[in-house]
Amino acid sequence: MEIKLTLNGKPLTAEIDADTLLIDFVRAHGCYSVKRGCETANCGLCTVLMDGTPVLSCSVLAARAAGHQVQTLEGLQEEAENFVGFIADQGAEQCGFCNPGFVMNTIALLRENPDPTDDEIRAYLAGNLCRCSGYEGQLRGIRAYLDSRKGEA
Amino acid sequence: MGKVLSINQYVRAQSLDEAYTLCQKKNNVVLGGMLWLKMHRRQVGTAIDLCDLGLDKIEETETEYRIGAMVPLRALELHEGFAKLTQGAMEEAVKHIVGVQFRNCATLGGSLWGRFGFSDVLTLFLALDARVKLHHAGEMPLADFAALPRTTRDILTEVIVPKTARRVVYLSQRNISTDFPALTVALAAQGGAYTCVVGARPMPAAVFADDKGLLAQGITEESARAFAEDIASRAALAGNMRGSADYRREICKVLVRRAALALAKEG
Amino acid sequence: MAETNFRVVNKAVRKKDAMQLLLGKPAYVDDVTPHDCLIVKVLRSPHAHALIEEINTDIARKVPGVECIFTYKDVPQKRFTMAGQTFPEPSPYDRLILDQRVRFVGDAVAIVAGESEKAVDKALKLIKVKYQVLEPVLDFHTAKDNKILVHPEDNWRSLCPVGADNQRNLCASDTCGDRDVDAVLADCDEVVEHTYHTKACQQAMMETFRTYTEIDHYGRLHIISSTQIVFHVRRIIANALDIPKSKIHVEKPRIGGGFGAKQSVVAEVYPALVTWKTGKAAKMIYSREESQIAGSPRHEMEVHVRVGANKDGVIRAIDVYTLSNTGAFGEHGPTTVGLSGHKSIPLYTGNLEAFRFAYDVVYTNVQAAGAYRGYGATQGIFAVESAVSELADRLGIDPVAIRERNMVREGQVMTAYYNEQANACALDRCMARCKELFGWDEKYPVRDMGNGKVRTAGVAMAMQGSGISGVDVGSATIKLSDEGFYNLSIGAADMGTGCDTILAQMAAECLDCSVDDIAVFGADSDASPYDSGSYASSTTYVTGKAVEKACAQLKENLCKVAADMLGCGTDEVEFAGRTVKKLDGTSEVSLFDIATKSMCGNETVVQATASHSSPVSPPPFMVGMVEIELDKETGQVDVVDYVAVVDCGTPVNPALARVQTEGGIVQGIGMALFEDVTYEPTGRIAENSFMQYKIPTRLDMGKLRVEFESSYEQSGPFGAKSIGEIVINTPSPALAHAIAHATGVWHRELPITPEKVLWGIQKGQE
Repeated sequence: MEIKLTLNGKPLTAEIDADTLLIDFVRAHGCYSVKRGCETANCGLCTVLMDGTPVLSCSVLAARAAGHQVQTLEGLQEEAENFVGFIADQGAEQCGFCNPGFVMNTIALLRENPDPTDDEIRAYLAGNLCRCSGYEGQLRGIRAYLDSRKGEA
Repeated sequence: MGKVLSINQYVRAQSLDEAYTLCQKKNNVVLGGMLWLKMHRRQVGTAIDLCDLGLDKIEETETEYRIGAMVPLRALELHEGFAKLTQGAMEEAVKHIVGVQFRNCATLGGSLWGRFGFSDVLTLFLALDARVKLHHAGEMPLADFAALPRTTRDILTEVIVPKTARRVVYLSQRNISTDFPALTVALAAQGGAYTCVVGARPMPAAVFADDKGLLAQGITEESARAFAEDIASRAALAGNMRGSADYRREICKVLVRRAALALAKEG
Repeated sequence: MAETNFRVVNKAVRKKDAMQLLLGKPAYVDDVTPHDCLIVKVLRSPHAHALIEEINTDIARKVPGVECIFTYKDVPQKRFTMAGQTFPEPSPYDRLILDQRVRFVGDAVAIVAGESEKAVDKALKLIKVKYQVLEPVLDFHTAKDNKILVHPEDNWRSLCPVGADNQRNLCASDTCGDRDVDAVLADCDEVVEHTYHTKACQQAMMETFRTYTEIDHYGRLHIISSTQIVFHVRRIIANALDIPKSKIHVEKPRIGGGFGAKQSVVAEVYPALVTWKTGKAAKMIYSREESQIAGSPRHEMEVHVRVGANKDGVIRAIDVYTLSNTGAFGEHGPTTVGLSGHKSIPLYTGNLEAFRFAYDVVYTNVQAAGAYRGYGATQGIFAVESAVSELADRLGIDPVAIRERNMVREGQVMTAYYNEQANACALDRCMARCKELFGWDEKYPVRDMGNGKVRTAGVAMAMQGSGISGVDVGSATIKLSDEGFYNLSIGAADMGTGCDTILAQMAAECLDCSVDDIAVFGADSDASPYDSGSYASSTTYVTGKAVEKACAQLKENLCKVAADMLGCGTDEVEFAGRTVKKLDGTSEVSLFDIATKSMCGNETVVQATASHSSPVSPPPFMVGMVEIELDKETGQVDVVDYVAVVDCGTPVNPALARVQTEGGIVQGIGMALFEDVTYEPTGRIAENSFMQYKIPTRLDMGKLRVEFESSYEQSGPFGAKSIGEIVINTPSPALAHAIAHATGVWHRELPITPEKVLWGIQKGQE
């Protein structure tokens, strides 16, 4: 079947199977940041934004995304660059495989709640698993970014 | 290992009638959030998507909330009116479900349609005295719907929650934060009557009233304990990976008692 | 203590790949390899033990797009091991790529390759297999000398004297000790004796096993894999395919986590066979389910401990017997078990008069185990540390005090650790600092929080090694390049740990330049200097020393080129970072000019390669303390606060060392409280997904605080030891201790779930 959608700001028409999942669709269109870490919607690695809302692209049919705006980390580099350096300073990226999903959901968090508490950060990102970092360094990085922003204001 | 779900055709229904007609065929399926469906080794003929039918709205009237079947759990979690109506129980019931992205995908209709044993959502909505609207069968109490055979080929379009003055407390026990619950409990009080719903038994949630009037003289440490013991003795419980039947019975006593005491505190 | 005033080392430098990874750039196997290749999948056994009587692939082969299907009839008949270890491997040669006998639920039955996933999936369903179902050995207590043999075959081989005997289901067996442990125990005032059980936990790295293979333009098999061990993969695949090693080239891109999982060959053999047979490029991506059921998890162990002490708390003897379950194949079976005694008993070297350590490693019909961070030490330390805490309880001594009284101290010879001397050991300082930082005296007593909840604390110590003594080889090549930057080539594998960066920090320290002046490359079996690989906590300590040596050699060569340029003798110049100077200060040449000169009319190589191996494996040490809140009515345990103080020698990059520690602690918390592996009566693993195998989320780990108390290890680079593995060892015993203190019940089987805790409270110690 044919679908039309907007991927990272670019209108796209594509031929897909009815059961093509959005994760496979965006990877096939060069968005390699989107990762698969499980088959059970538990890991958060495949997080993309659909009309600005973070969703699990492993659980969305590409067909359902038709007519919508889909964004992956490839399309949000500048917004990510605002804060990921602070996570790099902590060394909390580690293996990096969970990073794109985690960064995407952090973008969604910060749009929704620009000044979250530590507990709000933990709660919002609870669906983003990371096996390397123990999470604490990710939190320190986000906190350092938020503090730096307050310093600027 | 083989891919689990295959879908031959995808249709965005343009009317409920169209969707209803399509879903009469046994190997066709109505899509909810797709989170559960995706994991099943299943060959679907036509996947019917209701996303064009405007079922993603929460409407408030004088007397009730009418929630479209395609409303995601996350929208319910963040809904201020609903938070007030449930005194925070709505958020408490869904905030443990995997993560924000998951709850943006999972729909209310899908959560209830599945009548999942583990369902936090079914547990709470039973306590809220909710009704559901099926396209063909019409409106009915959620409890009646929950008892319908799973082979029912209809479409859940709306969930209706009355804006009755009701106090409600939701509690669950989980082995780890975002896991399926080992047990869920929702306790509601309305005009001196109590409704206690126990879910993740691990069978689907079941509704209990205070048949013996144990809380009739008010909620105290003792009456709450007696009530909890009574519910725990009446609820059919079984074992699965998340806990034995005996463990669930112990937890049931604790959660029901704590819920009752919390209710008393609020009231 | 030696000089610790470093310029680049011991500084929190950003990981070289950090920004690329955080911005989601393509870096991993499936991002950087072609997608128009054959998709490879494996048909897996539904039976724990069976013989394939008939296997019919005729219909499956006819599925459009299917390229080939292989069964046991199509593979070489020489057995090999998938363990990534130095040859001759201690792990037995007990595998074929596909075997007529299947040995666990999930064992490989057939390999299917095709143009699309759909075609392959369809073909998998159409393969008809007739099994002769055999009785399996599922209980590892009954495996030794069971009449049912997991490996009855004649061509099973054990290359090393590890006490293996396939006719007894034994993968390894041994006993060692020092003096008469029975006599000393008989003379002790108090002896704690218990058995501790740990499960076959999963590494659960976010990137599952995956490999791409192709034939390169020289006709060689080119393997791009997510692996910690490029050189071992070369040997193992050559053995599996029965082809010369020279025919294989292995490289790794970025790795999405390993934790030891990728120290075994897991996915590589399947696409390698397909490509070698068809000449076509192929790729295998393990599903999460496959990673859970056919991966390389931790060895399930039952550790029997006897610890004896006098009333005054002096620990005099420790006796450990470990029964280890290697599952259907013996990868890492003979070696992991050793650490369960050799890295637990020596913690109590202080007053130890005698010890004994014995073990059996048995085959069973469950998923084969492999290497997982901690590598047996984790299991042994859970047992010994739990026993010591219980001993302290019985003697009425504070659990910190009993450790202070008996712990290994700098300068002591650790009889249970191959008689190595603890030349650098700050365990005493770790304990003192941890106690202070945590507030042990305030937090240890049980505190009632109301509503059925109590708070209390637990403590544990740990050690590990730094590389495998006398075995591991680390190498580095450092080269001067255009304009005076350096290329550092390594065969060690950065799997997210940051070794590319910390080795560059060491090179920058040696060469008096910035980390940005060092470009790192690795790992590639053709292009990198030989390295055993990144495992056994070896990279910082072993490969780091090779970097140091290579840099020293390179400096000599640079001085030689510079001396020629300056028209003087080599003994008249010295290396000064961005220049080489004459000692008398009269002239100098820049690195830029040396680099230019090296590429024009030059015969002195401006490159140096050095290898290093260490006769010792200096242990890092640490102390962990945990505060929990325990709900006595539900059994739920919440981790409130975890404090760890680590002696890893000099932390080469304190930020990365800290994150290693935090990550290890959270994995350890998962092992202690949540991560279970259970088998259905058929032998099928119930926890076959992230829906059922629950690793900690960021809501499950409380607050973590990490500090370092450094010793200086003279044999390590810049005083460094290791950090990667030790960090997973304290949570299980510390949490079991805290739970025991809260409930009066010692839990000796992991994970300690709320249900177990509640029954403990209600029914008492069984």
